[in-house]
Amino acid sequence: MSDLQTTQEVSAAVIDALIVKHQQQPGALLPLLHAIQDTVGYVPQSCYASISKALSLSIAEVHGVVTFYHHFRTHQPGRHVMQICRAESCQAMGSEALEAHAKACLNVDYHQTTADGAITLEPVYCLGNCALSPSVMVDDEIYGRVSPSELDALIAEAKVSEVKA
Amino acid sequence: MVTKIYIPRDSSALAVGAEKVALAIAAEAKHRGLDVEIIRNGSRGLYWLETMVEVATGQGRVAYGPVKVKDVASLFDADFIHGKAHALSLGLTEEIEWLKKQQRLTFARVGITDPVSIADYIAHDGYKGLKKALKLSGAEIVKTVTDSGLRGRGGAAFPTGIKWNTVLGCESDQKYIVCNADEGDSGTYSDRMIMEGDPFVLIEGMTIAGVAVGATQGYIYIRSEYPHALAVLNEAIDAANQAGYLGDDILGSGKTFRLEARRAAGAYVCGEETSLLESLEGKRGLVRFKPPLPAIEGLFGKPTVVNNVISLATVPIILDKGAQFYADYGMGRSRGTLPIQLAGNLKHNGLVELAFGATLRELLYDYGGGSASGKPIRAVQVGGPLGAYLPESQFDTPLDYEEFAKLWAVLGHGGIVAFDDSVDMAKMARYAFEFCAVESCGKCTPCRIGSTRGVEVIDKITSGKDHAKNIQLVRDLSDTMLNGSLCALGGMTPYPVLSALNHFPEDFGLSSEAK
Repeated sequence: MSDLQTTQEVSAAVIDALIVKHQQQPGALLPLLHAIQDTVGYVPQSCYASISKALSLSIAEVHGVVTFYHHFRTHQPGRHVMQICRAESCQAMGSEALEAHAKACLNVDYHQTTADGAITLEPVYCLGNCALSPSVMVDDEIYGRVSPSELDALIAEAKVSEVKA
Repeated sequence: MVTKIYIPRDSSALAVGAEKVALAIAAEAKHRGLDVEIIRNGSRGLYWLETMVEVATGQGRVAYGPVKVKDVASLFDADFIHGKAHALSLGLTEEIEWLKKQQRLTFARVGITDPVSIADYIAHDGYKGLKKALKLSGAEIVKTVTDSGLRGRGGAAFPTGIKWNTVLGCESDQKYIVCNADEGDSGTYSDRMIMEGDPFVLIEGMTIAGVAVGATQGYIYIRSEYPHALAVLNEAIDAANQAGYLGDDILGSGKTFRLEARRAAGAYVCGEETSLLESLEGKRGLVRFKPPLPAIEGLFGKPTVVNNVISLATVPIILDKGAQFYADYGMGRSRGTLPIQLAGNLKHNGLVELAFGATLRELLYDYGGGSASGKPIRAVQVGGPLGAYLPESQFDTPLDYEEFAKLWAVLGHGGIVAFDDSVDMAKMARYAFEFCAVESCGKCTPCRIGSTRGVEVIDKITSGKDHAKNIQLVRDLSDTMLNGSLCALGGMTPYPVLSALNHFPEDFGLSSEAK
């Protein structure tokens, strides 16, 4: 419990610093939310009040923006985020089978995290890697022509590596 | 003598191991005591050959590919750094048939230069367009762009010069240039390739746009799914600022243009220009009613040019070589070239830039090499997830905005996704509705509700429930979405749905005579 509290206090201080850094920017909310998520891993609801105050927005507006965009999350993800492309080009090259394989191996559905906290599985609609479909992204690294066995290797690698690459 | 070796830093090359290949080549060269300089270029766009490694020789650049880490030692054994023969040798890059037949104007430098070296950019004719523009009046620049016939690649194919002219004619204390780099269409990646392979051409195009219409601030709204492209863009923007090509008093002209790249956040609808502006303002990406047009009341309520990456990246060559040079390419009212992106089930996927007028069949078979699976190509979707599906009988259609419109299809951003005969077109129609439901901004009812109902109706059709009635219902629903939606997301979802139903009725449980 004390650990959790300390983490929250650290996050709050970090977030306040980011708010100060971004609040004068025109259209500051998206750059600020990106900065928070890049640093903390997600956008904690506990920071909505300070964001709304700094940017003269209502809490509902902040909540509305965070939840409108697929990229922002309100909960801590796994140590790694694995995105599987569901768009047409990848479908033409067998992404459906890859999705089914990933869900079965990880024992999760989309938007869920594996029991060991290693991987959060997300759908994505195009990574711009359509020439080498099907595509998968793990954190910020992209993989092309991914077969089920290559997916197994990516999963195995993500499971053993502790920190985000 | 130092040998220059080119290894792409393009996302798709990285996706098949370019980084590891680069590290292995560097290590092997060091181990053998060879003096090499590794340049991380963009991709030439022959993606089935990535990682394609090129070596500069006296005869020109010699290509090898696809190179894997395990091939590196044998490449050195074969003395590839002097362009010698190897099983993976592709000969002189410029002589590769696939590349040689293309007409690369917008992509003239992609894969050739070091993307973040401004000196390399200038050595390859970079910034000639801006230098000419700085000697012209705003109206003269806009006239050049108008006369070139350049049209937007977003789907509406609106003439770029006319848009600029509206912004030029507005009186305002502040105007903006916004680059729509939210390339979210499946099967498209040319924006990404420009941003990763030749970012200065986009920066130069935006600067020319700013000088032309009197805008001093530009934003590039780039997808969060493109972290590598964002990194390259930021490096290039820094370099352009330092070299005096951006910022105050550009090249001593007294003109100001500042540029910033802003990350999007994974909402497809933000590729629509008004929801993109809402997003840049820090709001939910809800579509705005038009009018007012963004050219008159755009970003923060000010006159704003909103153009796609390819439109803006094509401006420098138009200014450099003149409107007529560009307009001489193409057919009908589709002038210039189109960077076509081959994707999906094809043997040779990649970037093909050609004058408008090439046929789909030429692209699918001559360039694409037919399907990757070896089965017949059954359907092709052109222009992204909101584009129509075309059957084999329409493969002889030339790539031309008006010719596609006649077929009730769109060219959009020039993405072509091929499917072999294992595709289930009822499933693809269902997916189109599902995608619209996931990505709808929710502002208008036809799109928000229609997409969800569409999924349900397709499910009823494929399970055979009240079949004839539900086929009619899907047509009625499509009609409502087509005519009643606020923007192209809801308004064009019927394109993939109805084209699938019309051209492939057998997949919906209808006899093929139902066509």
